[in-house]
Amino acid sequence: MEKQVKLLQGNEACVEGAVMAGVRFFGGYPITPSTEIAEGMARRLPLLGGRFMQMEDEIASMASIIGASCAGAKSMTATSGPGFSLMQENLGYAYITETPCVIVNVQRGGPSTGLPTKVSQADTMQAGFGTHGDYRAIALAPSGVEEILYQTIEAVNLSEMYRTPVVLLLDEVTAHMREKVMIPSPEDVDVKQRRKPTVPPDWYKHFEISPTGVSPMAAFGDGYRFNITGLTHDQVGFPTAVSSEIVAMLDKLRDKIVKNAEDICDYELTEMDDDPKVAIVSYGIVARAAKQAVMMARDQRLKVGAVRPKTIWPLAVNRLRKLLKPVRKLIVAELNQGQLINMIKHHVDRRHTEIIPLQRYDGELITPAQILNKIKEVKHHGTQV
Amino acid sequence: MNRAKEKHAVGSDRYEIRLSGSGGQGLILAGVILAQAIGTIDGKNVVQSQSYGPEARGGASRADVVVSGDEIYYPKTMKLDLLLALTQEACDTYFRDMKETGTLIVDSNMVTQPPTQIYHGFPFIQLAKEEIGIAMVANVVSLGTICELTGIVSKKALIEVVKMRAPRGTEEKNMKALELGFKIAKEAKK
Amino acid sequence: MELKSDVIHQYLRPKKKFPHVWCSGCGLGVILGSMIRSIHSLDIPKDDVVVCSGIGCSSRLPVYVDFNTLHTTHGRAIAFATGVKVAKPRLKVIVVTGDGDCLAIGGNHFIHACRRNIDITVILANNWIYGMTGGQFSPTTPTEKFGSTAPYGNIEQPFNPCDLAISAGASYVARSTVYHVDQLDKMITGALNKRGFSVVEVLSNCHTYFGRLNKEGDPVTMLNYFKKHALPVQAWDKVPEEKRAGKFVTGLLHDVEKDEYCDNYEKLVERLQAKMESK
Repeated sequence: MEKQVKLLQGNEACVEGAVMAGVRFFGGYPITPSTEIAEGMARRLPLLGGRFMQMEDEIASMASIIGASCAGAKSMTATSGPGFSLMQENLGYAYITETPCVIVNVQRGGPSTGLPTKVSQADTMQAGFGTHGDYRAIALAPSGVEEILYQTIEAVNLSEMYRTPVVLLLDEVTAHMREKVMIPSPEDVDVKQRRKPTVPPDWYKHFEISPTGVSPMAAFGDGYRFNITGLTHDQVGFPTAVSSEIVAMLDKLRDKIVKNAEDICDYELTEMDDDPKVAIVSYGIVARAAKQAVMMARDQRLKVGAVRPKTIWPLAVNRLRKLLKPVRKLIVAELNQGQLINMIKHHVDRRHTEIIPLQRYDGELITPAQILNKIKEVKHHGTQV
Repeated sequence: MNRAKEKHAVGSDRYEIRLSGSGGQGLILAGVILAQAIGTIDGKNVVQSQSYGPEARGGASRADVVVSGDEIYYPKTMKLDLLLALTQEACDTYFRDMKETGTLIVDSNMVTQPPTQIYHGFPFIQLAKEEIGIAMVANVVSLGTICELTGIVSKKALIEVVKMRAPRGTEEKNMKALELGFKIAKEAKK
Repeated sequence: MELKSDVIHQYLRPKKKFPHVWCSGCGLGVILGSMIRSIHSLDIPKDDVVVCSGIGCSSRLPVYVDFNTLHTTHGRAIAFATGVKVAKPRLKVIVVTGDGDCLAIGGNHFIHACRRNIDITVILANNWIYGMTGGQFSPTTPTEKFGSTAPYGNIEQPFNPCDLAISAGASYVARSTVYHVDQLDKMITGALNKRGFSVVEVLSNCHTYFGRLNKEGDPVTMLNYFKKHALPVQAWDKVPEEKRAGKFVTGLLHDVEKDEYCDNYEKLVERLQAKMESK
């Protein structure tokens, strides 16, 4: 098949990616600025023999996609801040029951109803630690329309491979802007499926501790009759209060993500080859402004680079440390009062690298000019860099 | 007057467009058509965005298109190369976002007090009403004019996309509107 | 003839998770038995049955039965079950829930599932109280009755779950009690046989909390209450209003044919695919 070039909105690209990745169940509830995803899925899924459901609220949306995944379907929902908050309890259920599914959160200003039509990155922490209890999350953060398509596919793939919910963090601007997208032909798309059990039903353990850290997963109706519970459970799936079993379950939730962080997380680097001593870290839409600012700075012979994590949770910590080793002054730019910056502070050696915030939370984007000003300010203060 | 076009003739430069007016004038659709023509047919990179919210209902409305031969980093407009204003309010609000060398195109009936001497004025809405029969196609007339005056989009691409995007039954009217836009701009250039 | 107790053992999990969590004398055991007998009488393969629950005493039931079982979050079982059913419509999906789980925190999901008329059977164990958390009043606690959070008597009006289900659009609605076991078997069997959203409200005794806080006694006293105050729907329709006072109606209260959600979706898909093929 020939590659198609289309002008797509971010939310539309998300629908394309989901459909290509094999999502065949969508349960959602209308909310700005994510609604176009639900509308797109409502159009596409019945044509493919899939199912779209408009649920009564976001709690039910999250529940329905977990139920559908237990029955074997790749499933997804899309929402924004208030809805993402409502989903948190059942999102925790998906973590503890290791049920693959994808949650798209198109970020808008908060807290509460906040700024429904304005851009924000204030759900950065919530995407990693939104629900109660110990667990590790995967959250991807694309910065453009074509990348939304590919990261939606990646989100579905990661959820299937690691048997975990995956959050796709968009924002009002990337979701609503239109860009040119090369639609890949289906044979060029790498679609992953969850591993099915090969043992006879009697031997099947829904939460078996395996060498890869991820258990094979049967679906309801496959002939494996098993129990799934949100209670802390043993490997078979029955509630437990045995200390060793509790620890084993919680370690499994953590380790399958933490031990694979370097594989899960990827970075986009701009002008980092010549070891600049000043760099910008930002994600999503802000990274587009950062890249522009770096180009403008380089035109003015200012040696600056930019690092963009494509995955916010987990960060590939070892690679990040290595990347930032030559950097003496690190600007962390984000659309909130300081969330990504805390993660960066945690991972970077601050004896060598000074960390400088650049934050905006009035519902508008950080502009390249703002970043360039900050670069100049940083360059002109302190040691010659 | 042709500085914008010359700059664009260099090819790979960033070129920023804003189509503005009031809600209901079809400017977002015009922005999408322009972006689709430039992006999917002319083969350049393009980002289209718009303002959301209450202003989409009668207040100032706008659609932005950023064009470049190279990768577009920052997706929003920074300094406009081209501003189309179909209302005085939009013209007053967005004129300050323009480059000094930018091109201003206005509806000459609606924008009675242009903020500069250097601009192109056409009675888009009146012409759409009188020559095509519906004021609604003023957005397409203005696209034709933009194409002819700036060359930022090819005629071929624009024609193709307007045909594709026109609601069924209105193809002919929209094509006439586009031709009208080409014509009035050509005459103005003489 | 097969002994009823033998039937039940065929359906309990081989690696039994007993002793169960319920108080001795609890009505939930009767409901468990009735559900199993109903499934058995209809010859539904175990692999095709999904039992879904939320949180509460009744919601601990799925872990004991040898089906596909999904023990979910408080109040949300019907929403989870909806996802299971729509993704794999051939499965027989049953939700076991209680009055607090289904009608308070889960009330919204309950009425919307009724409205969609999706092919799910809800077995609603109504014991007029929150048992697992220790006896708080629930949406079905009668006015003036006591709960640990209604120490001076309940000032709220209770829901009538069957009336609620009927007006929200369920296609099969029945009520029984843990005393009327044969009737209960019939009602659950009928519900499982129904294509559409079916609700069986089962009045069940929580002597531990409701009985104690309201001085209504032990399990036997409470079962006797069900025995004396239940009026089958056939009799209910005939007696005058004043004779209904203090009693409740049991049996099949509502049974209508209407479009089922999964069937409608399948028709939609077929219509769209036929349209695509003709193009």
